[in-house]
Amino acid sequence: MTVVAAGASGPALAVIDPDVPAKVAACNLNFYYGQHHALKNINLSIATNRVTAFIGPSGCGKSTLLRIFNRMYDLYPGQRVEGRVLLDNANILDPKLDLNLLRARVGMVFQKPTPFPMTIYENIAFGIRLYEKLSKSEMDGRVEKALRDGALWNEVKDKLNASGLSLSGGQQQRLCIARTVAVRPEVILFDEPCSALDPISTAKVEELIAELKTHYTIAIVTHNMQQAARVSDYTSFMYLGEMIEFGPTNKLFTSPSDRRTQDYITGRFG
Amino acid sequence: MNPIYASRRRRDFVVRTLCFVAAAFGVSWLGLILFTLFYNGLAGMSWQLFTQNTPPPGASEGGLLNALIGSIIMTVIGVGVGAPIGMFAGTYLAEYGKHDRLAPVIRFINDILLSAPSIIIGLFIYGAIVVPMGGFSALAGSLALAVIVIPVVVRTTEDMLNLVPNSLREAASALGLPRSLVIKRIAYRAARAGLITGVLLATARVAGETAPLLFTALSNQFFSLDLTNPVANLPVTINNFVQSPYAYWKQLAWSAALLITLAVLALNIGARLLGSERTAK
Repeated sequence: MTVVAAGASGPALAVIDPDVPAKVAACNLNFYYGQHHALKNINLSIATNRVTAFIGPSGCGKSTLLRIFNRMYDLYPGQRVEGRVLLDNANILDPKLDLNLLRARVGMVFQKPTPFPMTIYENIAFGIRLYEKLSKSEMDGRVEKALRDGALWNEVKDKLNASGLSLSGGQQQRLCIARTVAVRPEVILFDEPCSALDPISTAKVEELIAELKTHYTIAIVTHNMQQAARVSDYTSFMYLGEMIEFGPTNKLFTSPSDRRTQDYITGRFG
Repeated sequence: MNPIYASRRRRDFVVRTLCFVAAAFGVSWLGLILFTLFYNGLAGMSWQLFTQNTPPPGASEGGLLNALIGSIIMTVIGVGVGAPIGMFAGTYLAEYGKHDRLAPVIRFINDILLSAPSIIIGLFIYGAIVVPMGGFSALAGSLALAVIVIPVVVRTTEDMLNLVPNSLREAASALGLPRSLVIKRIAYRAARAGLITGVLLATARVAGETAPLLFTALSNQFFSLDLTNPVANLPVTINNFVQSPYAYWKQLAWSAALLITLAVLALNIGARLLGSERTAK
């Protein structure tokens, strides 16, 4: 099985596994922080309802890549992108695109838990209210559903009116996942979601990711290679702004085709 | 004992003593001022202060009602006008204008305004409002106070919004919130205690301002709620009464000074309480 790169003239949504359609595809993607060329000619696709992991040493551009998929970089001036990123075949780098609608379709969970300064209930309901007008009972149902999806319901069902900040770090992160799921996105981006969590919370979040992939397309950036191996179907190894290798997780970890990938996963650098 | 360690201990002792003496020296003056204020002010405390207007010269009874009400009206209008302008400007500096070239210019001008002598602000309002309107007025006094409130609130608003972690803004944007809602619903909420503290401190700052009122609101012997007329107020009343030869007026000046001090103290304590609530989450 080989990596199929989606060139500018090639098929728009090339995938590794022809049976799984691509949800997101990057074509000849370049990214600049001012003068710094942070991503170099990236071509890859993210398969629908699968988990795609991005690994690589610090500064390799994996978080930068993830932040292109919901155009988070747009919040900051001086950051520039070239190329195309297709979400369901539509280019999301189009400057006329409504970013708020894009971000409702492509949700994101961050490295540090970021509960909003409001109650647990409001943390979830807040995002839903942006796009839907629901009655009190419908909203209660949606909040419960989201908290169940975030594997948090049993721990918080008796204190929905407590502040989101009163939860432990692991619970806060699951609250953030629940909040993201609540607005029913199509793609969820995880940016090192477990790096601030203890091992037990990490295990819970990993289980959660495995469950979420039945409904969502997931991309996860992680520093932790074991985590990539555990949760992902496909893995991309990045180094110095380039995508070195991309393939099924099994193959990448057991018989990598590039020397640098092998050096990294065996711990020789990074 | 090791000689190097011993000399370090000696130097530590000397420096610590100097610090303590300097702190005690500074605080003792404040203590003395407060003691004199309470000693002289408490003697005149009575319900009369709150029920009667300022007396004519030589009278032996009267209160501060008109001055109290005038001060409250002008402070409320001043803060009511100045605080929203300051909040919006501070929001521009911390949120929208973060990367604009205009922001550092505004910040610089605001810092100058922040440290401008308040009498200059009084003169400015005198030229801009009092002269064209043809006379002193409560409105002019309020606007002078508003001009003092603005830079204080701009500064605290910007500082407090800068304390809101950017990760929170990113998280809100990632849910699909437009910028205006990220600021209104998330950043303001996270910084709420700090923002209110800023307004309270600005209120405390203008409550005792005398200089900007001398040329704007002037004073009034009588009770007045008319914004277009001169109005009595505590600071100018103190200024006038303390210079008079009448013992009762002097007593009223002490009482008025004590009232202002207590009000400022209450505002500061309120700001402190809100501040500690913030750090405790």
